[in-house]
Amino acid sequence: MTRERRIPPPDRNALRTQSLILRTTGFFLLPLLLLFALFLLLRGHNAPGGGFIAGLVASAAIAVHLFAMSEAGARRVLRVDPRDLFAWGLILALVAGVLGLFSGQPFLTAHWLTVSLPVFGELKLGSPLLFDLGVFLVVVGTASTIIINLAEQDT
Amino acid sequence: MLTGILSGFLLAPLAPALHRLFPRYSGWLLALLPAGLTLYFLQQWLPVTQQGPLLSHIDWVPALAMPLSFMLDGLSLLFALMICAIGALIFIYAGRYLEDHRDLPRLYVLLLCFMASMLGVVLSDNLIVLFVFWELTSITSYLLIGFNHEDANARAKALQGLIVTVGGGLALMTGFILLGQIGGSYELSVLITRGDTITAHPLYGLTLVLIVLGAFTKSAQFPFHFWLPNAMAAPTPVSAYLHSATMVKAGIYLLARLHPAMGGTELWLLLLGGAGAITMVLGVFLALRATGIKRMLAYSTVMALGTLTMLIGLGTRTALLAAMSYLLAHSLYKGALFMVAGIIDHQTGRKDFLDTGGWARYLPVTSACAGLAALSLAGVMPLFGFIAKEQLLEAGLNHGHALAPLFSAAIVVAATLGVAVAAVIGIRPWFGKPAALTHTPSEAPPAMLLGPALLAGLGLLLGLIPGLIDRSLLSAAASASLGETVTQPLALWHGINTALLISLGAVLVGLVLFRYWQGFRHATRWTDTLARFGPEQAYHRLMDGLVAVSSGQTRLLQSGYLRYYLISTLLTLVALVIAALWLNPDALKLRPDFTDIQLHEAVIAAVLVIATLAAVTLQSRLGAVASLGAVGFSIALLYVLFSAPDLSITQVLVETLTVIMLVLVLFRLPGFLRLTRTRTRLADALVGITVGGMITVLLLSVLGSRYHGSIAHYFITESVPAGYGRNIVNVILVDFRALDTLGELFVLALAATGVYAMLKLRSKGDTTEPEETHD
Repeated sequence: MTRERRIPPPDRNALRTQSLILRTTGFFLLPLLLLFALFLLLRGHNAPGGGFIAGLVASAAIAVHLFAMSEAGARRVLRVDPRDLFAWGLILALVAGVLGLFSGQPFLTAHWLTVSLPVFGELKLGSPLLFDLGVFLVVVGTASTIIINLAEQDT
Repeated sequence: MLTGILSGFLLAPLAPALHRLFPRYSGWLLALLPAGLTLYFLQQWLPVTQQGPLLSHIDWVPALAMPLSFMLDGLSLLFALMICAIGALIFIYAGRYLEDHRDLPRLYVLLLCFMASMLGVVLSDNLIVLFVFWELTSITSYLLIGFNHEDANARAKALQGLIVTVGGGLALMTGFILLGQIGGSYELSVLITRGDTITAHPLYGLTLVLIVLGAFTKSAQFPFHFWLPNAMAAPTPVSAYLHSATMVKAGIYLLARLHPAMGGTELWLLLLGGAGAITMVLGVFLALRATGIKRMLAYSTVMALGTLTMLIGLGTRTALLAAMSYLLAHSLYKGALFMVAGIIDHQTGRKDFLDTGGWARYLPVTSACAGLAALSLAGVMPLFGFIAKEQLLEAGLNHGHALAPLFSAAIVVAATLGVAVAAVIGIRPWFGKPAALTHTPSEAPPAMLLGPALLAGLGLLLGLIPGLIDRSLLSAAASASLGETVTQPLALWHGINTALLISLGAVLVGLVLFRYWQGFRHATRWTDTLARFGPEQAYHRLMDGLVAVSSGQTRLLQSGYLRYYLISTLLTLVALVIAALWLNPDALKLRPDFTDIQLHEAVIAAVLVIATLAAVTLQSRLGAVASLGAVGFSIALLYVLFSAPDLSITQVLVETLTVIMLVLVLFRLPGFLRLTRTRTRLADALVGITVGGMITVLLLSVLGSRYHGSIAHYFITESVPAGYGRNIVNVILVDFRALDTLGELFVLALAATGVYAMLKLRSKGDTTEPEETHD
């Protein structure tokens, strides 16, 4: 995979469209979808959403970017290797579970912390949110690992 | 006590750093820990032998009623002292013996872990905790035997030792659980007071056999004796420590410890006495047939272990006291002799008695240690081994059982051959015609002489003044093993009695045997052919059989084709469900209720069916994928209708991503070929319809039956107060049932890793056909 290669070899043209429309919308869709994913992740505890759904939306955003631009572009958006993402997700979820152990409660017991912020009012932070973030990362990591590596297959 | 056990494990990771800082003196430094522990246990000598056992109890896993409880009584003290004191000498010895070995730090780490595990075995009061430490000694022993891991032979022998001891460990665990159930407690201190209840229980026989299997494999009793001589592939310090002085005695410890709880029955006497006597005679016979220095020592260890097992089997007061004396005597002289064997190897490079001779003038101190230790092995006055052997003979002669004469005869045979073995060890390398060497050997460095000199010297000291230990340590150990108080003074001179006369005769005949050693070996050559039917061959045949069976079943089950895996998984599921329904026909409650189906629901269902049929029959891949997408989106619509927005969003997103992935895969496949024949496709259809039908029936049945109240109500009411969230689905996912989610996260990560590995493997090798890798 080379970053310099702008125009892909002919046999892969069918996959990576040269369509200006898709490239333009892809450019705008990526930040919008990622923001939407974040929104879904944060509201998930009280309204439809949550880490799993948010992770799927973010994966879809990556996939759209991949089709619109290139595999290298998709990797650039992620900044880290997608494999690292699911590893970190697992670690976060485990950390959220281990928190309970420190106060002598069973693994994965939820812990909540209420923070008062001047503008937003009361903000409830809890280990389930951390856990949900872990779910999010695992889903994004898994889906983008599979999609990017599939797309990078040369044969 | 817990600190004492854990200190070894704690020091282990620091050992390599210590070795880097002080490469010349790392052995001496590390020996400080076992030496300190020896002092600690010596301090407990008086309290334990006079006031009774020391108990310590820490809650470990209270939910499983598994405490970290330890007990220090006479028996534990004897073992703990041997482990720590000999351990300290071994560290000093190994530091010099393997000075130039690049893996010396690893040896330190393993030896420390082993020492700590061994202390755990002899100090644990809880059966389960004891078992954990027991297995740890097996594992560390495996790593130590295979220390020279680049040598295939060492690896094979290590594996053999591991499989035999861990196999026995499995039996032992079952036995421990049975014992805990029968005796009503997992605490040894409680179990040893309930001997009558345990021996009267109908499951006593089975429990005993299982536990004895564990002890026999560990302590190399016939027919499991073969792994011990093979374990000599380990470096000599390891052989000296593990395979003579300590680990192999773990089985002896266990039997001695359980004697008050399980002993005193006919089965106990026959099992332990019989196997012990056979092992004893077989061991000493094979020792005399061997010529390798370490091999002969190893077989004589087998003899000693057999003797100890037999004595515990006999179970009388004299027998147990004899066992304790013999145990101590053996650890002293065998530790010394193994270190001497190491010195011979280190200074001259010879490993076989036939290549040695006349070296007393070059290695005076070593030969003196070897001589003293060999005299103790032969049981010659005035060494401690003599006292032990006198007691052994008396235990056999004075036993009231009908089979006692047989045991006595075995003891006499073993004692006689033992003298010949001792003579080979004590005379052959040192006197006679000097064996040719390229260079004149020099005496070993002090660090290597310290161990054999101290141990051999102690054998002499205790022989001369048995009063140092007889009423205190040995009596306390024998009392713990007998279950009642024993105070019996030992003496070097008992007057002229039968035991002494037999002893004398044994020494004379043994010396004659030594004189004609080669002749004896020649005359008994025919026994080698018997080994072809021996237990070691059985072991090899078992392992070969295991490999054959597993490769056969791998060929059968692991075809490598995803479709066969799917078919076998699904058909197994069907078979299991049918079997369950066969056993419990009432479970099926089919009361389908189609009355309140709305028109739009029926339409969606119809779309589902049509899309499925299309997916199966369509000739183009893209069409099939699109049909599958239609199925998925219809299901999402159903979720919306039944007010499950979360599920519905998830379903839509998953469908989207699935289509993307499928397109990525399909893009690389050749055109839609008919790769399968109609018959195969019909069979596939049959499997599909069966499984689908079964799932439908099961789901309908689940709707009709409800064994427990619905949990939904709990989730609805508790979601906000307990989970601080109004989205019940999410609260369930991340809080109420977070453990399930965590498990699923691991599955996801595993799947991604699998896909990644498959793709990378394929792009590297690219030998498999594309269709299979992308399945």
